[in-house]
Amino acid sequence: MSNTQAMATSFKGEILSGIHALGTTVIRAGTGADTLKAALYLASATINAATTAYTVTGEVSGTGYSAGGVTVTNATAPTTGGTTGYWTPSASITYTTVTLTTAFDCVLIYNSTQSNKAISAHTFGSQTVTAGTFTLTMPVNDASNALIRIA
Amino acid sequence: MITTTKGNMDEALLEKREGQLENDNETTSWVEYWDGDEMVHRSVSVHLKKPMISTSEIGGFS
Repeated sequence: MSNTQAMATSFKGEILSGIHALGTTVIRAGTGADTLKAALYLASATINAATTAYTVTGEVSGTGYSAGGVTVTNATAPTTGGTTGYWTPSASITYTTVTLTTAFDCVLIYNSTQSNKAISAHTFGSQTVTAGTFTLTMPVNDASNALIRIA
Repeated sequence: MITTTKGNMDEALLEKREGQLENDNETTSWVEYWDGDEMVHRSVSVHLKKPMISTSEIGGFS
């Protein structure tokens, strides 16, 4: 036998569930998962790794779209596979019967329970929607394809 | 019936146009309905293919 330097795989998954607090943390209201939301941003906006929280600046607007976006369905807890911690929303993110005439190309997933803090930004080809539905379908929730992975 | 800028309309009365885009980042498909030269409905479905990955590292002792 020998010892191997490594970050515990379990830690990677537990980070996603907020089990560890290596710095000052927050007092949580309960043990349930936070509420996550998904907001769309114009192609002219500046959403990136430096984005710390949801912002109305650059967010799309139009008929049927509410500022802040929609709630992300989160019925599947983060988990691990191999040496990767991962998580994916458990359903498509859908904006139903909206009209968004200015091109948008980004969705920001953020934590509305924790002061709207940003989680991740995902880009795609610029789109518009007219009296229709915009759907973001999720990748397979596994260690190779999940939407968010800590490898 | 389908939602349009003119209210619900019979799809059969409209021209349907479809398209698809695929690259390393996404597979996207869209459907449009046209009333003459006016687009009255456009829906889009984006399948994200490229996940967010954060690679973890730990340091040794110096």
